[in-house]
Amino acid sequence: MTTEIKISNVSRGFNGHTVLKDVALTVRPGELLALLGPSGSGKTTLLRLIAGLDAPDAGRITIGEDDATSRHPGERGVGFVFQHYALFRHMSVFENIAFPLRIRKSPKPFIQTKVAELLKLIQLEALAQRYPAQLSGGQRQRVALARALASQPRVLLLDEPFGALDAVVRRELRRWLRRLHEEMQITTIFVTHDQEEAFDLADRVVIMKDGGICQEGSPIDIYQHPASPFVHEFLGESNHIPVLLRGGFVRGSDGWELGQAELPDGAASLFIRPHHVVPVPAAWGSWRVARVSATGAQAHLTLTRGAMSLAAAMTADALLESGLQAGTAAEIRFTGGTIFAESRSGPIRLGQGLSLAARA
Amino acid sequence: MANRVLLITVALVFMVVFLVLPLISVFAQALSAGLGAYASSIADPNVQSAIWMTLTIAAIAVPANLVFGVCASWCIGRFKFPGRNLLITLIDLPFSISPVIAGLLEVLLFGLNGLLGGWLSAHNIQIIFALPGMVLATIFVTLPFVAREVIPLVQEQGNEEEEAAVTLGASGWQIFWRVCLPKIRWALLYGVLLCNARAMGEFGAVSVVSGKVFGQTDTLPLAVESLYGSYEIQAAFAAASLLAMLALVTLVLKAALEWWHRDELHGAKRKKAT
Repeated sequence: MTTEIKISNVSRGFNGHTVLKDVALTVRPGELLALLGPSGSGKTTLLRLIAGLDAPDAGRITIGEDDATSRHPGERGVGFVFQHYALFRHMSVFENIAFPLRIRKSPKPFIQTKVAELLKLIQLEALAQRYPAQLSGGQRQRVALARALASQPRVLLLDEPFGALDAVVRRELRRWLRRLHEEMQITTIFVTHDQEEAFDLADRVVIMKDGGICQEGSPIDIYQHPASPFVHEFLGESNHIPVLLRGGFVRGSDGWELGQAELPDGAASLFIRPHHVVPVPAAWGSWRVARVSATGAQAHLTLTRGAMSLAAAMTADALLESGLQAGTAAEIRFTGGTIFAESRSGPIRLGQGLSLAARA
Repeated sequence: MANRVLLITVALVFMVVFLVLPLISVFAQALSAGLGAYASSIADPNVQSAIWMTLTIAAIAVPANLVFGVCASWCIGRFKFPGRNLLITLIDLPFSISPVIAGLLEVLLFGLNGLLGGWLSAHNIQIIFALPGMVLATIFVTLPFVAREVIPLVQEQGNEEEEAAVTLGASGWQIFWRVCLPKIRWALLYGVLLCNARAMGEFGAVSVVSGKVFGQTDTLPLAVESLYGSYEIQAAFAAASLLAMLALVTLVLKAALEWWHRDELHGAKRKKAT
């Protein structure tokens, strides 16, 4: 029993300010979908429109077979988990989870078993009589989830579900939610501004910006083929080098040839992820290692050459092996990158042997 | 160290002089002629009538302001509308106006020569110098208490819980009774207690509109004053002791309720579960 959500040409503005513009999106039955974007991109508004907490100015929202556009939120069969949990502070954990059942006047024995079941699911059986104020953030989040599940929703909507939690709890809860989703197969949408979270958890990621959808696809797909400079930069650190295209050749601002791309002539931007920048120690190299830092298994380097600065990343082991350290002279190779021209964009594979410095 | 002792001493002396001694002296004076005299001053029909008046007025004014306070705080806390700040200011008006002026305003409005006076007397409705006028004056004076307690809380709490209840399928009525009201019940309780204390103790405004017909339009505070004015000191203090006792009962009730619900109230301060 899984449900499809269809959003057709939905727009929404507040006080003359457009927050969502003509958004169209289909969420497949049983899918775990992430709405990813910076704050102000309209992702939470979209989620609230699906839940019925807000009404679109134009467009249609279909949940399963029903046109839900003007349905009361309580009749849409959605479970909504709020960023700050929104637990009823005057009710115990048990009563919070029982709330949707009491509202529906379910028989008492049924409520007892159902809530016990959900408490077991969220592993908080021992804390049934506690009040929300007596729980940790992670526990509250799980109670909020159990409460949303108690009304047996067709669709689960989560607004920044892990936003207010610390890193360790966040990772733990993420795994737990992923397992839960695999068991229950409820169509789920969650909103986040954390790309790692979106990529780790979701089957499919929808990237939003300025009230529209920039790109949607599987995490790997989006990472490998970002559709715009915005997506590329949003998905993690990258080096941005302004380049010129002429006759299919990509050149740096002072004439270095960087590679070839089948793109029209003109100005363009080259984006290179730090792990695609490979520094090699070389006495004659024109680059200097300005800074080295290691966070566990990963090492980060900053390389400079005149006014230019590039970020590089490699495993800590590779760093040790290479013998690079602050002050070392080096050459650079690029092992990948994406070039965005004004009119058309596409990834280019940069030649393995190509180095920026060699063409100086 | 010396500073601490000094500060504590100052605070203690202040409290004893301004709170404890007056309270003790009220009861001491009331009982100065023995329990029998105390009982007979309270049994006096005029004092009895004043007690009933006071209770009646509070029984009407407090629920009225409870309803108003809940509605006003809901409007102000939930919605942004033109005139919202004006409304907040207006709610505070009774705090900033002298109660005597409030009473006078009512006389000017409902009195025989007042704005509505002609119409009222033509229809045989008496407001001034009668219970309705005293109730109105009390409602006016105690208007801010509940609203002032509840508005900041409603603003601070936001409406995520109500939204959650909506998505969980609750109707408007269910949300009001099961979510909105319980959320603010402590602020409501404090507001009601304060409102009640003021309603029972109000002197100025009620004094202006009552006409002070002894035994008819007298409330306890008015009776205290008129007894004291006619040199019936012991009887005046006996009536005053009743008011003081009302205050004490109110405080005990509040403390008892807080103790009863301590889990919910102090949950945040407790250690979280491991």
